[in-house]
Amino acid sequence: MMNKSAEPAVRARDLRVVRGGRPGRTAIDSLTFDLRPGQVTGLLGPSGCGKSTLMRAIAGTQARVSGTLDVLGHPAGSAPLRSRVGYVTQAPSVYADLTARQNLDYYAAVLDPSLSRADRAGRTARALADVDLDDHADRLTGSLSGGQRSRVSLAVALLGTPELLVLDEPTVGLDPVLRRDLWNLFHRLAGERGTTLLVSSHVMDEAERCDRLLLMRAGRMLADDTPEALRRRTGAATVEDAFLALVDAERDREAASAGTPAREPGTPAREPGNDPAAPGTPGTPDQDGTP
Amino acid sequence: MNLSRTLATTRRVLRQLRHDPRTIALLMIVPVVLLTLLRWVYDAHPSVFDNVGASLLGIFPMITMFLVTSIATLRERTSGTLERLLSMPLGKADLIVGYALAFGLLAVAQAGFATAVAIWGLGLEVTGSPWLLLVVALLDAVLGTALGLFVSAFAASEFQAVQFMPAFILPQLLLCGLLAPRDSMQPVLEAISNVLPMSYAVDAMNEVLRNTEVTADFFRDTGIVAGSAVLVLALGAATLRRRTA
Repeated sequence: MMNKSAEPAVRARDLRVVRGGRPGRTAIDSLTFDLRPGQVTGLLGPSGCGKSTLMRAIAGTQARVSGTLDVLGHPAGSAPLRSRVGYVTQAPSVYADLTARQNLDYYAAVLDPSLSRADRAGRTARALADVDLDDHADRLTGSLSGGQRSRVSLAVALLGTPELLVLDEPTVGLDPVLRRDLWNLFHRLAGERGTTLLVSSHVMDEAERCDRLLLMRAGRMLADDTPEALRRRTGAATVEDAFLALVDAERDREAASAGTPAREPGTPAREPGNDPAAPGTPGTPDQDGTP
Repeated sequence: MNLSRTLATTRRVLRQLRHDPRTIALLMIVPVVLLTLLRWVYDAHPSVFDNVGASLLGIFPMITMFLVTSIATLRERTSGTLERLLSMPLGKADLIVGYALAFGLLAVAQAGFATAVAIWGLGLEVTGSPWLLLVVALLDAVLGTALGLFVSAFAASEFQAVQFMPAFILPQLLLCGLLAPRDSMQPVLEAISNVLPMSYAVDAMNEVLRNTEVTADFFRDTGIVAGSAVLVLALGAATLRRRTA
């Protein structure tokens, strides 16, 4: 663990994802970034900007991904990662006709079939306590409220003590108290268990709670920095204002270059100085894409 | 494939069913009610009831398991649980065999109850062993599960999934020899019925109905049903993708 901690948990180089039918549209275009281990990184941007697609690519469930995408030192989605990466989709992926505990018991058995019944019960209880659902453990998941159901889904991801947690809008629809508790949990996981977290949100005030931020817009990375540095760089008071300032600046640049032909998909060229993906980018843009 | 993961899947599917007692009640009672109805329909022709009744004992499990599986796996696909499972270290065979085992067990209960009522309650005359009827019913159920799993990949909604029942099952029902002997059909239809698995399920049931011994034809027919089930299960496995667009 010690010598590994210097390596990025996720390493993306010139990442591109095509979605929809053929020929399809480019949902993510030439993304290059690193995810630092043991930190809570926020992935922010307007809905439809490619956040979920990027998360699916990291979790290994997204088809038609090109470029380099390494997760914990392995290509995203490869077999050794399946028990080391926890992924929570926006919609809770749990069985509505099982209780919360039965859901967790099944997923625990899938993650580690060598566990005894008692060990599974222990892991299940810990995960339920993590998301503060002990009181509702034996109720049918379908009869829980939306927020409780999404916490059951989150608990599933915590079962196997994953090294990387990819959480797609985990706090949507939750009340402020629960949201605060969950963010405290995220930081506790990073601090105590050394987990790397990538948490998406379209609520900008949550950005302040992250160690680091990735700002996306229209399938491209707008910024990759700490919340504080973003505010400083743009002279904004909040991350929300910083994001808006960056979007406006990008729009101005697009308008300025409107006369010139539009950038074709797949052309990696971007104006120098415009690439916010700071760490490790120089000297790597010619990297070959491996699927 | 990993046995613990497969059994965990079976246990999970059965637990889901346990929370749905109405479905279990319908699965158990409907075939028996229909058989009873049929007994009175053929009130004056008990030998016709023997023929049709034995065939239906093989057909019910296939139809019900087809419906149950196609909806259950469609739900897995649309609720995101399938995507989550396939992002975990679960083999596709673990999932498919887990489902087949769970619904196979359910089918044994269903067919056992229906067979018992048909033989002892409704006076269905079977020359061979009732246990063989159960074996055929189990194979039919696994075939139904396999078909349901396979077609669920082509359904985008539960509406569509239900429509696959008449599309996939009714033609087999018409051509399986239940309505008229297969060799008396128009030759093209007979040829088609020769490649449909339900025809062999019904043939196997009729072998048990007529012979005290286990015949070579019985082995051939059940072998074809089992082989079809394995083939369709493999096709079903191919429709499970870890990566989707």
